[in-house]
Amino acid sequence: MGLDGWIWALDGWILVAAVLCAVSCSLLGNFLVLRGTSMLGDAISHAVLPGLAVAFWISGSRSGTGMFVAAVAAAVVTVFLIETLRRSAGVDRGASMGVVFTAMFALGMIMIVQVADHVDLDPNCVLYGSIELTPLDQWEIAGWLIPKAVVTLGVTLLLNGLFVALFYKELLLTTFDSDLADSMGFSSQVIHYGLMTLVAITAVASFESVGSVLVVAMMVVPPASALMMTDRLSGMLAWSAGLAALAAIMGHGSAIVVPSWFGMGSTLTSGMMAVSAGGILIVCGLVGSRRGLITRWVRQRAFAAQVAADDVLGFLFRLEERAKSTVLTTAATTGQKKSESITAQNPATAAQLSTNLGQSLPQCLRVLSGLVRRGEVEPSGSGYCLTSAGRRRAQLLVRSHRLWELYLVEQAQYEIDRIHEKAEAWEHVTDESMRESLDRATSQTALDPHGSQIPPEVERHNQ
Amino acid sequence: MIGPSVAWVATETSEEWLVALWRLLTLADYNSRVVILGTALLGCAAGVVGSFTLLRKRALVGDAISHAMLPGLGIAFLAATLSGGDGRSLPILLTGATISGLIGAAAILGLRSTWRLSEDAAFGIVLSVFFGAGVALLGVIQSLEAGHAAGLEGFIYGKTASLSWTDLMAIISAAAVALLLCAMYFKELALLCFDQAYAESQGYSKWWLDGLLMSLVVGIAITGMQAVGLILVIALLIIPAAAARFWTHRLSRQVLISAGIGMAGCFGGGMASALLPNLPAGAVIILACAILFLFSLMFGSAQGMVWRAIRRWQWQQIMLRQHLLRAVYEQAETKTSGPEIAGDFEVRIDVADLMISRSWSKPLLERLVDDAQREGLVTRIGFQVALSRSGWVQAKRLTHQHRLWEMYLITHADVALQQVDRLADDIEHVLEPSIIHELEQLVQGRTVEVAKSPHQLPEPS
Repeated sequence: MGLDGWIWALDGWILVAAVLCAVSCSLLGNFLVLRGTSMLGDAISHAVLPGLAVAFWISGSRSGTGMFVAAVAAAVVTVFLIETLRRSAGVDRGASMGVVFTAMFALGMIMIVQVADHVDLDPNCVLYGSIELTPLDQWEIAGWLIPKAVVTLGVTLLLNGLFVALFYKELLLTTFDSDLADSMGFSSQVIHYGLMTLVAITAVASFESVGSVLVVAMMVVPPASALMMTDRLSGMLAWSAGLAALAAIMGHGSAIVVPSWFGMGSTLTSGMMAVSAGGILIVCGLVGSRRGLITRWVRQRAFAAQVAADDVLGFLFRLEERAKSTVLTTAATTGQKKSESITAQNPATAAQLSTNLGQSLPQCLRVLSGLVRRGEVEPSGSGYCLTSAGRRRAQLLVRSHRLWELYLVEQAQYEIDRIHEKAEAWEHVTDESMRESLDRATSQTALDPHGSQIPPEVERHNQ
Repeated sequence: MIGPSVAWVATETSEEWLVALWRLLTLADYNSRVVILGTALLGCAAGVVGSFTLLRKRALVGDAISHAMLPGLGIAFLAATLSGGDGRSLPILLTGATISGLIGAAAILGLRSTWRLSEDAAFGIVLSVFFGAGVALLGVIQSLEAGHAAGLEGFIYGKTASLSWTDLMAIISAAAVALLLCAMYFKELALLCFDQAYAESQGYSKWWLDGLLMSLVVGIAITGMQAVGLILVIALLIIPAAAARFWTHRLSRQVLISAGIGMAGCFGGGMASALLPNLPAGAVIILACAILFLFSLMFGSAQGMVWRAIRRWQWQQIMLRQHLLRAVYEQAETKTSGPEIAGDFEVRIDVADLMISRSWSKPLLERLVDDAQREGLVTRIGFQVALSRSGWVQAKRLTHQHRLWEMYLITHADVALQQVDRLADDIEHVLEPSIIHELEQLVQGRTVEVAKSPHQLPEPS
């Protein structure tokens, strides 16, 4: 496998820290992506620098809670400034982020050079996390030696989970319809700043232990992947958390395995986690149940096949109708009274179908063989005709078609020569309840605008 | 460390300092000349390109693309080193970074159109995934041969050494190409920014134009990144353009002002870092641009906060004065009833009554009365005020408008009698003569001088 260098005491803890970080970032990331502030993680990762400089200047050391608090404070200031610029001065959201974070970063740079010239406080160490080092810095809790990062990230995840669970409805409303939320009495501002403060805390807690690359990636990529899978917020939260955890696990594994394929030593885990998240996004983008490219392609193909089959059935049904009316007319003229039991078999050849439906002959044969397999059409002589199952489906189809035509003329004031195309398009997606509504919305006539009989809903005792 | 550093001129006395300042301002010193000219030119080009990306609502595209260059850099370094060449050769690294930047740009456009992801999500994805890949590659490189790759990190964050002559030449050519392209395709880019659908209907491909804009960003980013550093390039692509928005609503001026702010920021920042000790030039340039941004935010002629606040304040004063006039008129109306009211503007009203009628504070009312007196609208006699002739005319008109609107709200909008006064307070100031006429016809059925207050009419039974 190539996982020779795997040591549970080290890699296990790295994995736990990474999964905790990934899940807590992605939970909040959903709301960032939905609110159009996906780049906030990146902005915060740069903008905490002045906070670090101030903390270093006060405490003189580069570790401890002082740093954490100062960085969170700087992040909150950043978020506040971005929002103020956007609201009060009308600056574009992206631009206000850009202005604030570059200026804060520059300020931080200058402060660091002033207070800590040639001291070990490198802005790069903020940007590159050292998740590999997490197992080394441990706390003893109830007799267990647990890495500090795991504890802080665990607490962060707990906070984020509680926030999302407790304020789910408020978050949902403020994200999708902040005006409605305001009118219903929860302030979208309060929720917004609550969310942003949590984002700041999560980002800083993660920078400290795993680095900013992972934070930015996990706040955006798993939620975007989840968007490929579902449209529901609850589903999105679940998917993004799961995919984020998967990306973290895959990332750490591949950081060890992939370079070994090229005969090189392991690489930085956080980078590979971001890459894994990207890979997962591509997979979801291809086969995702909601927006996946392949999924969409398959659905389109299936629909096209259904439309082709519908067309064949409809054509056969209309042929039968015509034959039936001829038989009826003949019966009337000859004085026979057998109208109830008349069945008018009128087979059509594949070539006939092909010319009338504008499908190529092979295409037509393929559709026909499919229909035969489903028992909706049966060969009859040199041609094909409907079975009773096929007749039922065709009848409903033609009913939908003619109801639509009637509706378009009566309710939508369409010209009679334009209704056929519309009805032709919609007949394939019209179900029973819609037919009922159409029936109710149109006058109770039995004839469509062209004068053809509108078949009844379902004839269970057909012939 | 970001950005190039201009060697600080060590000065002991103020005289020497002045000499240094003079040498700097005249660009006599070779080093500062190269740095300041180079960054200023870059600021100019970035300001122009940034204006278009800002208006296309893609301000952060520079951020995403410049981060997306890292993996290309790593791959180029690895490929060159493994094939026995010099991994740190600038042309190879630049080619790798450019290709990877272009792939990042294409990925952004692809994510947008294929999956209908929002702009910012596409930026975030490309930035983090590409940068992550780059970080992983650098990790591999470092494990290969420690120390050798150190130059690569400097590449991302800009060199600490000053700009070289080659850098200046690269900036000059890149800026010239970018400016030329922007000038040539100004109309098309403007269409893309303001009305993409219309641009497409005119036969311009969205892909081509977006591709052009993205390529311009890649060009600026690659030139700037290795010369002055990643963050400075991002800042130059965003801050000047955002600042220029406060000065104008016209695209042509926006582009020029943005270019000017970019140049000025670089010039000022470069100067400051040379004159003051211990300041990294890149960071100071960003701060200089940020200061220009703040100035524009405050005093920009089109959108500046100060002008907007002043306009709002002036409008408030107008509203307050109109309320005062109407209050005096209405008090006068109650004192004199019947037909003699017309023309009887000399009725004196107690200031104390006015204060009660609108719950104004005493100082505010005093100020309002003083102001109105200065304008010749009222005359003040002791504790009483009376309208002047022009004040009377105005007050009559205002009262008429107020009552018409009240009547309209009651009769046509089904608003309760108790609420109409406050609602009409807001709207009476902006009613135009044509609307007044319409209201008169609608509410009164005829033109009257002053409508009766609905509050005095008998309640509709």
